[in-house]
Amino acid sequence: MTTVELGMPAEGPIADAVAASVATHGPKQTELKAKDLKTDQEVRWCPGCGDYVILNAVQSFLPSLGIAREDMVIVSGIGCSSRFPYYMNTYGMHSIHGRAPAIATGLAASRPDLSVWVVTGDGDALSIGGNHLIHALRRNVNMTILLFNNRIYGLTKGQYSPTSEVGKVTKSTPMGSLDHPFNPVSLALGADATFVGRAMDSDRKGLTEVLRQAAEHQGTSLVEIYQNCNIFNDGAFELLKDPTTGTQWSIPLEHGKPLVFGPGGASCVVRDDFGGLRIAETNQVDESEIVVHDAHRENPAYAFALSRLSSQDLRYTPMGVFRSVQKPTYEAMMAEQLDMARVQAPADLDALLAGNDTWTVESR
Amino acid sequence: MTRTNPTLTTGAPSIDGSAAVHSAAPGGLVKSVVELDRVVIRLAGDSGDGMQLTGNRFTSETASFGNDLSTLPNFPAEIRAPTGTLPGVSSFQLHFADHDIMTPGDAPDVLVAMNPAALKANLADLPGGGLLIVDSDEFTPRNLAKVGYATNPLEDGSLEGWQTVSVPLTGMTLDALKDSGLGKKEAERSKNMFTLGLLSWMYHRPTEGTIRFLERTFRRKPEIAAANIAAFRAGYNYGETTEAFAVSYEVKPAPMAPGRYRNISGNQALALGLVAAGQRAKLPMFLGAYPITPASDILHELSKHKSFNVRTFQAEDEIAGIASAIGASFGGALGVTTTSGPGVSLKSEAMALAVMTELPLVIVDVQRGGPSTGLPTKTEQSDLLQAMFGRNGEAPIPVIAPRSPGDCFDAAMEACRIALTYRTPVILLSDGYLANGAEPWAIPAVDELPDLTQAVQFATEPNGENGEFLPYLRDEKTLARPWAVPGTAGLQHRIGGLEKADRTGNISYDPANHDFMTRTRQAKVDGIAADLPPTEVDDPDGDARVAVIGWGSTYGPVGAACRRIRRSGRSVAQIHLRHINPMPADLGDILRRYDRVVCPEMNLGQLAMLLRAKYLIDIESHTQVRGLPFRAAELAAVLQDAIDSTHGAPLSVDATGGAE
Repeated sequence: MTTVELGMPAEGPIADAVAASVATHGPKQTELKAKDLKTDQEVRWCPGCGDYVILNAVQSFLPSLGIAREDMVIVSGIGCSSRFPYYMNTYGMHSIHGRAPAIATGLAASRPDLSVWVVTGDGDALSIGGNHLIHALRRNVNMTILLFNNRIYGLTKGQYSPTSEVGKVTKSTPMGSLDHPFNPVSLALGADATFVGRAMDSDRKGLTEVLRQAAEHQGTSLVEIYQNCNIFNDGAFELLKDPTTGTQWSIPLEHGKPLVFGPGGASCVVRDDFGGLRIAETNQVDESEIVVHDAHRENPAYAFALSRLSSQDLRYTPMGVFRSVQKPTYEAMMAEQLDMARVQAPADLDALLAGNDTWTVESR
Repeated sequence: MTRTNPTLTTGAPSIDGSAAVHSAAPGGLVKSVVELDRVVIRLAGDSGDGMQLTGNRFTSETASFGNDLSTLPNFPAEIRAPTGTLPGVSSFQLHFADHDIMTPGDAPDVLVAMNPAALKANLADLPGGGLLIVDSDEFTPRNLAKVGYATNPLEDGSLEGWQTVSVPLTGMTLDALKDSGLGKKEAERSKNMFTLGLLSWMYHRPTEGTIRFLERTFRRKPEIAAANIAAFRAGYNYGETTEAFAVSYEVKPAPMAPGRYRNISGNQALALGLVAAGQRAKLPMFLGAYPITPASDILHELSKHKSFNVRTFQAEDEIAGIASAIGASFGGALGVTTTSGPGVSLKSEAMALAVMTELPLVIVDVQRGGPSTGLPTKTEQSDLLQAMFGRNGEAPIPVIAPRSPGDCFDAAMEACRIALTYRTPVILLSDGYLANGAEPWAIPAVDELPDLTQAVQFATEPNGENGEFLPYLRDEKTLARPWAVPGTAGLQHRIGGLEKADRTGNISYDPANHDFMTRTRQAKVDGIAADLPPTEVDDPDGDARVAVIGWGSTYGPVGAACRRIRRSGRSVAQIHLRHINPMPADLGDILRRYDRVVCPEMNLGQLAMLLRAKYLIDIESHTQVRGLPFRAAELAAVLQDAIDSTHGAPLSVDATGGAE
């Protein structure tokens, strides 16, 4: 059932510790149930928070990867979503604001035998940690970043976030916010991320499918998860969740399928005159003009154009996998350099300490 | 072009070439050799003149000859300030001797000035009567005007107080390379090697090392290697044949303990210490770093040693540098981050995370002048209080400091030992002077280095009564918590920056638990002192009533000052701290033995403040923040005052003069 292959821990005390635990506990237990991933910690999100739904979906889905729970590490930053690791019976670190991608980079780069996950929010990832996020994406370290986007600061009680729409009235913006929001998918594609997807907290099936593809992807995956904050930004995604409006305004992305959506397939995506994309009425265009979704396009411009279809109020929001392309991962290239260095000159500490120019003082 | 040259009698080299002079060197030319016990040479030129390279090569020659030595590179923060200007002057001072020395020297005996700017910037430091060698070809009206010389100092008599030898170094270099096929501009660049050749002759330095070095450095550009070697030889031969230099000097090798030596800079030694620690702990090493002067050379050095299981990660910023190292430590690597003061400021929050998560981590701060961007290429010791206290909350971190370039190796290993044994971040406080300065270093045998494998011992079994894993159950002696690495079955646990419950490590907001954990983290760091060797006090006379205490790179100048004091018939005790947090357990008792304790520092009294607060002793602070190391003579004067004013009738002998 294993779908994700992990490497072996490097020789030395780390591999010895892993081997010793195998000797005690028997072979790695890779057949897990959702309850195996729960901890004894009481979950402390607000009742009704979208985070519960995501936690359940992740706990139900992770066993299908065939990875032992001791081989999974979840690193988070600060914010409501970043409490996530406490509720997962894996290794985990609830770190400091915005830095989870950097911490995970050090871990994943030195331990290619682990499955490394980052859980972050819109403030954590895009505001205080924006720099780390884009650099993690461009390096393509093997890890999966789950970005819970609720378009508000929840833990600090309701200030606008870097994804809040212009004019948002919050505690810190009584006359409406002036900042133009980030589109996290556009931002990730601008950083040349090799895997970018988007899902909805309440859409268990869609979320699980994007998570599965993200986890199987070799390299950095970014999954934006729209998550409802029922206390400070309730109903932020209602336009997409409401059964009556949802199909009209979301564009499901499926690799190889034409981008047709809306009630009765009334709307579709076609190319515009400037190399981008636009929405059209299906009955007004020739079938050949309708774009067939290709998540594997090397050039991120297409996926970027897709991400620009949506407006701040979420009309025409593509959901699914925007881009999934293969590139060498950072830790694999790093490991190759280490191997190459050993071949060129095996480690000899005595020789290293002596250097090139030495002299000897004889005893008199 | 005219030249002043007091030692010239006959056979002056013609301006247009030295070949004729060389061949015409009179067979009966008698050159005398003067024996010296020590020499301080300063090479000064434009940033583009290769003064640092020349200095380093002269240092290597001197090291392989067997002198004791100490160096002081001094260069501008700008990579290339406008050519020929005062801000663009770069210098390199080397002190070498036939006995052991502790500083790069207070003032040069010899100044080599490659242009008018270098002369103007450095002449005031050359004592009267000192030897001044200048490249007369660079004293053009244009270059003179650039630095505000109204008249040419080589001609206007203003240099009469020094033994001035003006030599057309540029012209002779061009002449030596006229058949090399190189253009004028390219050939001119070899004038530093011509100068090095001349100095190598003057001081009887072995030349093979430099020739090998040039061949190695330019192995892909053989014509450049050949030109530099030709210029180097021409300079050497010029010294041998010209009458401009009738005297050469010999400084005998210094008696050193038997063994194998190399020349090493502080940053090199520090990097090798980290590699050695990883090897002796059998752990992979991970360096997360962002380039910053004067720490970048550690990143450069470590990135060359990947075969030792060393991963170097040039992060997007200082914060990612330390954060990635924490991530690597969580995964079981020896996590290290290297930086300088401004970078430490950025890393503060992550350092506190490492305190809270109790993971091993080494933070190297190569201090420079501050605050803010301050003096990037100059030295200072002003980050001590930042290292001690620069974090939110009660966040104790052990602090240790090396005392000399070579000692950076041992200090780095010690920092790693503490980090691994006690599962704590450790700050290693080097500085710009140690980082770039160099000295001979006795190469240690690997199997005699500390064995750090006992300090690692990853947890592999649950440690709770009910078969559970308690990530904050502590070792009774060290108070270290278990280090369980991901991949180890049954030990899954979560750590983070929120306060931890004792034993379980779960989030806890319990008041009593927070009080207990805060005191426990402090007790863990304080407890390191129990494992430290007794403090060494250097008081050869045994009757000193005044002590001087220092830390870090002041060791050399303070030690040199103490020697002068003792030679004058006075007694002084020298105490030098390697461990600043925690301080050695016996330090308070030791300090109380003395009538007075003087503490010289390159800050405004930071260690003095710590000592006063901890021991309630009236430490006398002597401070300086000039971006340069202390001069031994100044410190000797301070100590002499302290001693003489303590003991009734002062001795008449002045301790401030003389050599080391």
